[in-house]
Amino acid sequence: MSAPAGRAAARWIGFRTTLIREFGRIVRIWGQTLLPPAVTSTLYFVIFGSLIGRRVGQVGGHDYMQFIAPGLIMMSVIQNSYGNVVSSFFGAKFGKYLEELLVAPLPNWLIVLGYALGGVTRGFMVGTVVTIVSLFFTRLGVLHPVLILSAAFLTSFVFALGGFVNAMLAKNFDQISWFPTFILTPLTYLGGVFYSIRMLPAWALDASHANPILYMVSAFRYGFLGTSDVDLRLAYAIMVFAAVAMFSLAVVLMNRGVGIRD
Amino acid sequence: MRALLLRQLTKTYKNGIQALKGIDLEVDRGDFFALLGPNGAGKTTAIGIVTSLVTKTSGVVEVFGHDLDRELEVAKSCIGVVPQEVNFNQFETVQTIVVNQAGFYGIPRRIAKQRAEVYLKQLQLWDRRRSIARSLSGGMKRRLMIARALMHQPELLILDEPTAGVDIEVRRSMWEFLRMINGEGTTIILTTHYLEEAENLCRNVAIIDGGRIIERDSMVNVLRKLQAETFVLNLREARTAVPRLEGFRAELADAHTLEVEVSRGQSLNRVFAQLSEQGIEIDSMRNKVNRLEELFVRLVDSSGRAGAGEAVA
Repeated sequence: MSAPAGRAAARWIGFRTTLIREFGRIVRIWGQTLLPPAVTSTLYFVIFGSLIGRRVGQVGGHDYMQFIAPGLIMMSVIQNSYGNVVSSFFGAKFGKYLEELLVAPLPNWLIVLGYALGGVTRGFMVGTVVTIVSLFFTRLGVLHPVLILSAAFLTSFVFALGGFVNAMLAKNFDQISWFPTFILTPLTYLGGVFYSIRMLPAWALDASHANPILYMVSAFRYGFLGTSDVDLRLAYAIMVFAAVAMFSLAVVLMNRGVGIRD
Repeated sequence: MRALLLRQLTKTYKNGIQALKGIDLEVDRGDFFALLGPNGAGKTTAIGIVTSLVTKTSGVVEVFGHDLDRELEVAKSCIGVVPQEVNFNQFETVQTIVVNQAGFYGIPRRIAKQRAEVYLKQLQLWDRRRSIARSLSGGMKRRLMIARALMHQPELLILDEPTAGVDIEVRRSMWEFLRMINGEGTTIILTTHYLEEAENLCRNVAIIDGGRIIERDSMVNVLRKLQAETFVLNLREARTAVPRLEGFRAELADAHTLEVEVSRGQSLNRVFAQLSEQGIEIDSMRNKVNRLEELFVRLVDSSGRAGAGEAVA
């Protein structure tokens, strides 16, 4: 352990173990993690895409179904990355088995990274499920795969860390549902998942630019459709900044032991 | 080298409770050490600080010479901990819990699986390795936490009430196991409310009360400090009056049970001789309470009285 190389190897094994444990949890409770997004996204496609979408016509030069598909995928990625970490970390805190990690020789930043990438893993797994569902309803071309993957990764990472911070600060189960209910869901619905912000009146269009989820959804959509409501460089700057800021915040809270150490 | 060194360790919680008031403690490598004290004395806080689950207010903690402030990861890798409360994911399997814990300590998965087999077999859990942890009995859960704590083969094993709530048979088998791993070189620090357990297992002892160490010595020396012991004699024939026992305090608990207090320096032979002279036959004899328990109660009582005086002053 004392030799730097040995310590690096030990850290890698520890980090990999946190990921394996998170992956095992996602698969073990697949009925709660992977199945519901498939059901809800099917409903979205049927109701908004098939039934209402026919009356909407084209949005940004694309069929409505094609337009909302990337948004629905991204919405699932956001909700599941967040939900995975908040429930997994709070569950570990509440059930006291977080102590397994706290007594182990793992630096705090690695624990944060392990949980965050666990959330990213679920975000990608669910994103894949919803993408497959969407293919039953519409054609989905891939114009810029790197943009699709990078936007999904950064967004997923940011919201997984959001879940981590929420779980650290939460003192009971009620408090882990406040942020998703009152902030995350409204921002997601108002982030251009179901519409182009160009359809909005001027004041609402301006207000939408303060919503970070708009940039994430738009960058992701650009990867599929080649059209975006926002400047891509600004979108990436916001995503990278948010990822760094959230990671730093999570590590600082861990170092201070907020909500986990007396 | 010391396995554990605490210097002027203090802990004040946010609510103002001062759980530790400057503890100094040294535990030698290879020792089997008992940390005793009543509820709320500060035992679990001290253990929490050593295992990094509680943040100290001030003081120094060294584990095998590694300062917790400067070499936290190395110090942590030397410690295995068995907490008072169950703290594993009850929805995971027994084997997953121990193998993952080894992983958190940097043990490769292949080796972790080999060790899991060894420790789960030694603790009679191998047959339950695929069981969900919540389906285990209380005793099995305790043994699982011991197996988990040993997976990285720590040099120092800290057990906080490891046998609380387990039946006598399981407790005895756990004692045998702990003796074995201590014999193999693992330093063990034990807190327990079963003072018989501490007396049986531990070579050295510290008693903590009110956030202070009030006694620290070898078990033999501590027991020597006991000024008087009460023996319970089972009489063959029923009696209505207390027999005459010159120099001893005696009373009848019931018609067949005589309790005699024997002070340090007095000979039990004198008790038997006097009873024999009166034609009283004794079937059997035992200590009224465990010797360590008797001493513990007296020490804690006198510490409490001193503390009360201090508070008034």
